[in-house]
Amino acid sequence: MSKPLTKADFTNEREVRWCPGCGDYAILAALQKTLPKLGLPPEKHVFISGIGCSGRLPYYMNAYGFHTLHGRAPTVATGLKAMRDDLCVWLITGDGDGLSIGTNHLVHMLRRNMDINIILVNNQVYGLTKGQYSPTSPKGMVTKTSPDGVAVDALNPMMLALASGASFAARGVDKDPKHLGELIEASFHHQGTSFLEIYQDCHIFNPGAFDAFSTKSNREQHVDYLNDAPNDLSRAMELSQLTFPEHPVPLGIFYREAREGFKLENNGHKKRADLETLLRAKASFKVEA
Amino acid sequence: MNPSQNSIIIRLAGDSGDGVQLIGEELTITAALSGKEVRTLPDFPAEIRAPQGTVSGVSGFQLAMASEALFTAGETLDVLVALNPAALKKALPYLKPGGLLILNEDSQSTKDWSKAGIAEDDVPDMLEHYQVIHVPLVSETIKALEDVDVSTTEAKKAKNFYVLGLALWLFELDTSHALNFIKQKFKSKPEIQKGNQKALQAGYNYGLTLELQKQDFILHNMPRAEGDYRQITGVDAVAMALATLATETKTRVLVSGYPITPASAVLHAAAPLNDFGVELIQAEDEIASIGAALGAAYGGALALTCTSGPGLDLKTEMMGLAVVAELPLVILDVQRAGASTGLPTKTGQSDLNQALFGRHGEAPMPVLAATSPADCFETILQAFSIAVKAMTPVIVLMDAYLANAAEPWRIPDINTLEMPDIQYHTDEKPYARNEHLARSWNTPGKAGFIHQLGGLEKAGVMGEISYEADNHAEMVSLRAEKVLKVSDDYAPLSIEGDKEAEVLLVSWGSTYGSIQAARATLDIPVAHVHLKHVWPLPPDLEGTVKAYKRVLVLELNTGHLCTLMRAQYLVDAKSIGVCTGQPFTTTALVSAIQKEVEHV
Repeated sequence: MSKPLTKADFTNEREVRWCPGCGDYAILAALQKTLPKLGLPPEKHVFISGIGCSGRLPYYMNAYGFHTLHGRAPTVATGLKAMRDDLCVWLITGDGDGLSIGTNHLVHMLRRNMDINIILVNNQVYGLTKGQYSPTSPKGMVTKTSPDGVAVDALNPMMLALASGASFAARGVDKDPKHLGELIEASFHHQGTSFLEIYQDCHIFNPGAFDAFSTKSNREQHVDYLNDAPNDLSRAMELSQLTFPEHPVPLGIFYREAREGFKLENNGHKKRADLETLLRAKASFKVEA
Repeated sequence: MNPSQNSIIIRLAGDSGDGVQLIGEELTITAALSGKEVRTLPDFPAEIRAPQGTVSGVSGFQLAMASEALFTAGETLDVLVALNPAALKKALPYLKPGGLLILNEDSQSTKDWSKAGIAEDDVPDMLEHYQVIHVPLVSETIKALEDVDVSTTEAKKAKNFYVLGLALWLFELDTSHALNFIKQKFKSKPEIQKGNQKALQAGYNYGLTLELQKQDFILHNMPRAEGDYRQITGVDAVAMALATLATETKTRVLVSGYPITPASAVLHAAAPLNDFGVELIQAEDEIASIGAALGAAYGGALALTCTSGPGLDLKTEMMGLAVVAELPLVILDVQRAGASTGLPTKTGQSDLNQALFGRHGEAPMPVLAATSPADCFETILQAFSIAVKAMTPVIVLMDAYLANAAEPWRIPDINTLEMPDIQYHTDEKPYARNEHLARSWNTPGKAGFIHQLGGLEKAGVMGEISYEADNHAEMVSLRAEKVLKVSDDYAPLSIEGDKEAEVLLVSWGSTYGSIQAARATLDIPVAHVHLKHVWPLPPDLEGTVKAYKRVLVLELNTGHLCTLMRAQYLVDAKSIGVCTGQPFTTTALVSAIQKEVEHV
């Protein structure tokens, strides 16, 4: 490459339309700052998203993008990656998109372990539909559809990912963009499906949900930065169950293993003559003039 | 048997584990090889192994053979081979009076009759009108295998080949193909191979000892155009089309599906074609399978997702996305009788309304319907040509009958086949239009063509998100017009039968054969037009329909095409619709048409 890539190469001219104060701005910026370091030109990156505020992210990246259906982005990413292993595929999803309507696909994507990078933006609320409780809303949270508080326990995304066979599982926060950038980079370099959960502030419907540990002043006391990632599933499972305020919140890479993933090989080497034989392979007969 | 008849219909029926389908296929191939016209229709239970000896567990295979053109596997049987009382009970109503009935004498104990729900005392009355041959099938098979080193259980299993031998004798067909088949199929098990060959020969020899006038069962050979032929089912024809597409266009083909009856057979047939460039994803569900197909199409592959009725419901949201994203994709629906789980192994055409209208918003898509098992080949090729040319998802309708039924197919000269004209990156503006109103297929990976696709409404040319009222109205009509333009390439409609008649029959899809058979026996003049393209309708259909005094629309549903034609053309078309889970029968069709015509 003649000229080193910069943030500008991954930024387009579209006006970004998330609410002021939304954590998605920081995630977008972290991606735009990190991608130039990865060496691939913008046209080799594809961002595939579902529905929700996070689903808009592909429109703001100067890269190929496909804003698909609610919960179904993993399916489209799977088909694309199966045919186009030359591309770097990013999957952008959220707590409603990936953990409610699309949970089945997320589980199977992790199990299949194709080389795809999942970014799950978790703000514990449905933002785009204006404030209903999501599968990760804490028990008791009051929302438009839970005036008396959410009745059931929240789903634990990290445990789900690990149980589904994630070969790389990590967690970051929007308010620590430098650390987030490192995790994005590690996700990219992981061979296999990487699962990166990002705690993100929905400034309108769940403001400051993570501030008690995620702001700069609170991090030192309330965050446990994981600095090694042994191939130890039991430890990762234990870490995934440490919740605030009883425990500091673990951020970083929970688990990483080398495991072969699903791949379709292009084995199509047969020629016209082979096709002629194939057509005649079963119960064929000749009628002479 | 009527000596003037030029066709014979035989049904082999037994327990679903008896190997009836296997010998049915071999009998068919032998008949085709000997120059007979053949049509077949398997009929197997929804359960893999329903309780042995019960009516719900009966598996049947019907074969029509003729010395002239044949259109269906027929309905009234000339010969019935029933391997147990349950099979007899299920199939006997279809055997014509005086027909030949071959029964397994070793399966006629009191217990056997009672399992089938037949009172033993009623049996003589039941069989009174037929020519009955009792064959001690199991004991004869065991006897034939005496000097072969197999267990009694294994020996008993060879009884289906004994039946095949008997059938070959009956129709004066050569045993060499079947013997060779056994040789190939069981080459790793020499004793089983030997046993099955002996059973076949014994069945044939048993026939020689029968005092039976068999002239009635011998057909002349029929003249066929020169060429290479093969016996092909609808499912095999789909697989051959996919291999042809991948090999000839040198483009990867993805088949993506989720197990469902009867469409799973397409996955099975595609799985071995990897060397030809056909790849397979068995996804976690129906939605995932169309999602993967759409992702593959986005990446530049030729993608097909296959399913049956309930799966089509689940795929509809993704079809809408394919319509707006304007990506080429083929959705193959092997229709089965519904609603809901319905009759999973039985046929029907009741998904037409859904194929035409079953999406929210305005989401028009071309709909094609294969007209015979062999025609599935051409239909799949055409569907991809349309999808790529118009950059649109396309629905192809087959059904359980077409999937499983078989007919001889004249293997085409590959040079004459029309392949999709695949071109990527023809315009860097992702929503600019060419002369077909299609946009450019801008697959990821290429510099200068970066764009963002999605389900949100697009502004023309650059494909930016647009909430503008006028733009939405324009895009809705543009997508509809693009699909309508697909019909520019249709061949003119062919009107068959008596063009000067007052009555026009209109039909589509798999019923072509049944309607031809009905026409041949109707004593009133009728014209007939059969559609392969259901949407957009052929441009010359309106004029054709309006030239006839009476229009009857024949479908295996409650009148979906009829309603569409009435709405499109303001014609007083009448529907003849049947929902039995079976193809049309000639008798029922003829009487329904006659009733409609006479009842002015």
